[in-house]
Amino acid sequence: MVEQSEVRVVRCGGSKINLRPPIISTDSRFVLCASGDSVKVYSTRTEEWLHSLQGHTNQVTGITLNPANHLQVYSCSADGTVKLWDFIDGILIKTFIIGYPLFAIYVSEKHDGIVFLHIAMDTDSKNECFQLVAVHLPKSAEQEVEAKELSAVSSRISPNPSCTAFGREGQYIAFARHLQLNVYFFRKQKTYSFSLKATDKKGAKNAFTCIACHPADDCIATGHEDGKIRLWRNFIHTKEYTYSTQHWHHNAVNTVCFTPEGTNLLSGGIESVLVQWQYGAGNRKEFLPRLGGSILHVSTSSDGQLFCTSHSDNKITVIESSFKVCGVIQGLVKGDAVLTDLMIDPRSKALVLNGKPGHLQFYSLLRDKHLYNLDIVQQEYIYEAGLDQFEVVKAAFDIKGYWLATVEERGQKSSDLEFSLKLWAYDERTQSFVLNTTITAAHTDRIMSMCFSSSEETTMLVTTAEDGQFKAWCQGADADTQQDQNFWSCDFVGSYHNLKPTNCSFSADSSLLAVSFQEVITIWSPDTWELLTTLCQPPGVVRDLCFGQLSCSKYLIATTTRNLLCCWNLLTCALEWSTSVEVSKLQPDPLSENVAAFSYQSKHTDLFVFKPNEPRPLFTHKNVCSEKMHRAVFVPREEPLNNCDESSQWLNRSQLYFLTQNMDLLTFSTATEEDRMLSSSKRLVIDDSVAVTPFYLLLGKHRQQQQKLNTPSHPAADKPQQPQGSVTITELLHTPAHVLPAASVLCSMFVSSLLISNTGVRQDPLREMESSEQEMNSEKEEEHSEEEMEACDSQQELRAQGSVDEVTPKLSKAQERELKRVRKTDFSWMAGLIDSKP
Amino acid sequence: MASFKPTKVQFLPKLGEKVTEETLYWKNYKSPVQIKEFGAITKIDFSPLPPHNYAVTASTRIHIYGPHSQEPIRSFTRFRDTAYGGRFRGDGKLLVAGSEEGLIRLFDISGRVALRQFKGHSKAVHMTSFLSDGFRVVSGSDDLSCRVWDVPSAVELSSLTQHTDYIRALAPSKLNPDLFVTGSYDHTVKVFDMRSGSSVMTMQHGHPVECVLLYPSEVLLVSTGGRYVKVWDLLKGGQELVSLKNHHKTVTCACVSSVGNKLLTGSLDRHVKVYNSSYKVAHNFDCDASILSMAIAPDDEALAVGMTNGVLSVRHRRHQKDKETLTSRRRRGPSYQVFVKGKNFAPRQDDFLVSKPVKQYLRKYDKQLKSFEVSKALDTALQTWTRTSKPDVTVAVIIELNRRGTLKNALAGRNEEILLFKGFLHVKCVCVCVDLYQQVFHESPVVERLLQRLMEVLGREAELQQELLQVLGILDTLFTSLTPRKEVAALAAPPVAFVMLIDGVMKAKKIII
Repeated sequence: MVEQSEVRVVRCGGSKINLRPPIISTDSRFVLCASGDSVKVYSTRTEEWLHSLQGHTNQVTGITLNPANHLQVYSCSADGTVKLWDFIDGILIKTFIIGYPLFAIYVSEKHDGIVFLHIAMDTDSKNECFQLVAVHLPKSAEQEVEAKELSAVSSRISPNPSCTAFGREGQYIAFARHLQLNVYFFRKQKTYSFSLKATDKKGAKNAFTCIACHPADDCIATGHEDGKIRLWRNFIHTKEYTYSTQHWHHNAVNTVCFTPEGTNLLSGGIESVLVQWQYGAGNRKEFLPRLGGSILHVSTSSDGQLFCTSHSDNKITVIESSFKVCGVIQGLVKGDAVLTDLMIDPRSKALVLNGKPGHLQFYSLLRDKHLYNLDIVQQEYIYEAGLDQFEVVKAAFDIKGYWLATVEERGQKSSDLEFSLKLWAYDERTQSFVLNTTITAAHTDRIMSMCFSSSEETTMLVTTAEDGQFKAWCQGADADTQQDQNFWSCDFVGSYHNLKPTNCSFSADSSLLAVSFQEVITIWSPDTWELLTTLCQPPGVVRDLCFGQLSCSKYLIATTTRNLLCCWNLLTCALEWSTSVEVSKLQPDPLSENVAAFSYQSKHTDLFVFKPNEPRPLFTHKNVCSEKMHRAVFVPREEPLNNCDESSQWLNRSQLYFLTQNMDLLTFSTATEEDRMLSSSKRLVIDDSVAVTPFYLLLGKHRQQQQKLNTPSHPAADKPQQPQGSVTITELLHTPAHVLPAASVLCSMFVSSLLISNTGVRQDPLREMESSEQEMNSEKEEEHSEEEMEACDSQQELRAQGSVDEVTPKLSKAQERELKRVRKTDFSWMAGLIDSKP
Repeated sequence: MASFKPTKVQFLPKLGEKVTEETLYWKNYKSPVQIKEFGAITKIDFSPLPPHNYAVTASTRIHIYGPHSQEPIRSFTRFRDTAYGGRFRGDGKLLVAGSEEGLIRLFDISGRVALRQFKGHSKAVHMTSFLSDGFRVVSGSDDLSCRVWDVPSAVELSSLTQHTDYIRALAPSKLNPDLFVTGSYDHTVKVFDMRSGSSVMTMQHGHPVECVLLYPSEVLLVSTGGRYVKVWDLLKGGQELVSLKNHHKTVTCACVSSVGNKLLTGSLDRHVKVYNSSYKVAHNFDCDASILSMAIAPDDEALAVGMTNGVLSVRHRRHQKDKETLTSRRRRGPSYQVFVKGKNFAPRQDDFLVSKPVKQYLRKYDKQLKSFEVSKALDTALQTWTRTSKPDVTVAVIIELNRRGTLKNALAGRNEEILLFKGFLHVKCVCVCVDLYQQVFHESPVVERLLQRLMEVLGREAELQQELLQVLGILDTLFTSLTPRKEVAALAAPPVAFVMLIDGVMKAKKIII
């Protein structure tokens, strides 16, 4: 492998999938959602992530199906472009450059070739003034087109994109802002506005929060901040408008949505109850409670058979029209704050952190997949604003992953704090954690930190609390209760001059316990509970401390608030070295001697990696991110890398992940690693694909290349070019068996690569046929396929006049060129295949 | 869609004894049968032969009871003075007893009149027994002598005067016909061998010996006296194995169960204690009066305890049979037929199984909480039955309401009854109650009285805590000046609880004031 070790900071996994409403494809097979700077495609049936449409360079802020072609999707992004995709194959068809940051996109069947976009008013961007503009997408054959024909529809619209909706057959557009509902009629070119009073006699809050238009009737449904839903009618005449009010939600309505036939209205809010109102049947409604976090968006499929709700806990729920949940797509939950440390479950190697309220989530970093939630609080969650809830604030695993200790807390704001310490044992049979002991009054005040002893024989938990004491907990018989042996009870209570203990840490072999009491670090022997020595290096309160690992286990490192990083040698009990550097967090690597120190100075975070035995840093990375680093963790690699470059050597055994205060999960990666990631992701794509026919495997591989060619602006494009099909096969044959994926996967790949590809054309569905024809047939056949596509599109044209698409004869040249290019690569790939054959 | 999570009722660890097989075994006795005798019962002895009749010596009589009869099946009343120490022979056909006037009588079980009378003791004979050959009787008397009698000829074979005080305990060896053990008020236990004609072993008990007992293996000897029970190892030349001090009055009797050879001791403190094989108390029987004598049937079927007030209390073992009849009676009912329907249907191989979704059964208060009917849920939790027998449920519901922030709503508009609930001492709840009903407190005398009482209790508690803290302060200074620092840390344990309590009390006090 080529050594190209340049350590970069990369954002990893778990981006938000609930920013904008998810959309369901017309055939109800896929769910698409905007996630970070890509659009993710999930299967509705298996809930698996199939692929993502990558190409935007900034947050994707809106997606919508192309009304002219149901296999295409528009996406807009804050990078100022609108892109048109074929979402089944993941091909970028076109890029329209608008030039301003875009915040939402709307389309209407009636307005062909026009997209409506939210852009910020450039005059005063601070006030969050947005305007709605109609953009005429130019019909050009180019890959990248600049769309300059902007015409403002309305200024001063709400920044919330769910406050804008298209009315029946695109005749009008309704948008609400604060207390005003505006309806703009395209034909009359006129805006009617209706306003409500800020509050009525009963103190209701009337501000609009969301809006939806009936698909067949002249009716607008609006949701309000106080939980009311109003149905507006007769708004064609400004004076004679009427509205009726429904009230069920007790808090703001986050979303309203009509089903495609308009028979039902769906609404959701903070209560996490999906409510289905029968249109025109007054107060008749159905409920689907306890869906998870509060509902942010609801969307329906075009046939009305599936609903999709996206929730505040980064989750998309797929619901059948019979009100049955049939699928849950869960992303990495990022609550308001991650209160627990980032942890690694020693068994599953999953990242563990706060998840849903009252839960711990287990997240596989390798597969970027949410594994499961562990219910810690075990209480019914009440969705109510301003309610003081139990939160998991601390958690710790023991070294074997057999025990999990959690602390839940309630009443951080008020004076009476409630908290309890829970210990969970791993159950082999159910493969999850089972509650073993609950200690309700472990301390008299808040628990500051806790850690398990790292020895293999005895497990011991040490907690430090603000009441000036630290306690050691052991599994064993309690003299008072005489219960079974496997419950936990307090073994020792220690204090030091009534100072508040802050941090605690066990040495690598658990023979020593270090507890910091403000400026003093005390060293205890856990066997006899004797205070061995105290270490002190004023001024400054100890902020974090840790023991060195492996050969450096004789060193104790601590940081203080007064910008001092100290290292003591515990054999001599003397200060080995100290430097003046502001360090907020120390993170030792369990598999090597390295310690990572994060420092936050002058508005950016720096990283130092050092070994405790020498005060010189091994690796320094300035300006890792602009925010303050919140939590960090070293994740052991499955197989160590063999970088010999000094700067990236520390990443060989484990990988450093960290969480910033903006809840971004970042990591450091090296070039070789990216290499490997790429190949593994390719394998993953093949694993997860919808229809795993042998032909799809080949074509899928090929399409990826194509996609790469099409998107030179792609951030991943600077990654090395993927090896060709034949090379992969030879590589697979030469790699040792134990590092290969399952034989079944390889077998299908291998067999399929030996097949002559065009034999499958006749048996495959239309989609496959189109694409395969695109790739490997003669020009004559291409023309034929074009004709076919034209034929099928002309049907669409009957419905929607003047569609802007590549199928118009004018654009066929562009397509031809594209196809030629495709064919070129195709042949080289075929040649590679032939070469690989024995 | 997640299902409703029911309210978690906090389960508190049960303080007290650990439940083991052994405690279960000893718990498995029925409630005692009480039989009134004429005087203090000084000796009970079970016949070694089934059906294990037992002889009860009380006052001037010896009664023989059958295993289940409450009336004596036979009684020996020809004593002029108090009878003592009635004991069966190994074959259960003969009975020997001493008496206050110094005579020893030998009875046939089926007859009434004494077959033999052994004269020779000058003072009361408290202990008599057959030696294991069945032809000799040994007796211990208050005249400091211990005599062996020949049954066929009714002559005294030997007299041993080696004790210096009353002999009140005697145990013959079952394995060797020439050995017996005596215990005396001179604080000693002696082992006599008839072949040498003198004591071969002497052990110092340290207190007047009330009872001696040989284990069936005859390796261990138990002596009781004063508050102590001591176990001696005879094979090690009478070395003291263990000394038990579990009673707080004189231990008067001891016996060994036949199942597992567990030691039982009875004492004047009205307790019978059962020890396990490591001599820890495994079980405890309580009696009404001071215990003088005790015996257990050879198959542990019955435990007979004699007391100073003349009451004989007999506990019989409960059998599996009894339990079964009880449970089967309970199960029988009209609905049984419904449940049994289709129970024994076995699915065939190609049957398609349709699983029914598991229905979640909720308690009434949970159902009400699920539909946010907070006031009704509190009503349910405050029902008399719940709040008396399951106060933890009531507290759990109150805590849950507090968590939901609806405690105030739920508590509003109630009458004074709510305050009568004893477990109502959740601080938050009292706080909200006081907030709500401040205006109307003085209208109800009941509530006023209760509050007054609460004030008193809290005041007393606070004072106590203050005193305790003072003591702790003194102790702390003492320990810091006396010992190295690690002791200080160890001593820091108790204050946690106290400080916590004090905190709670202060908080509550503040609320009340």
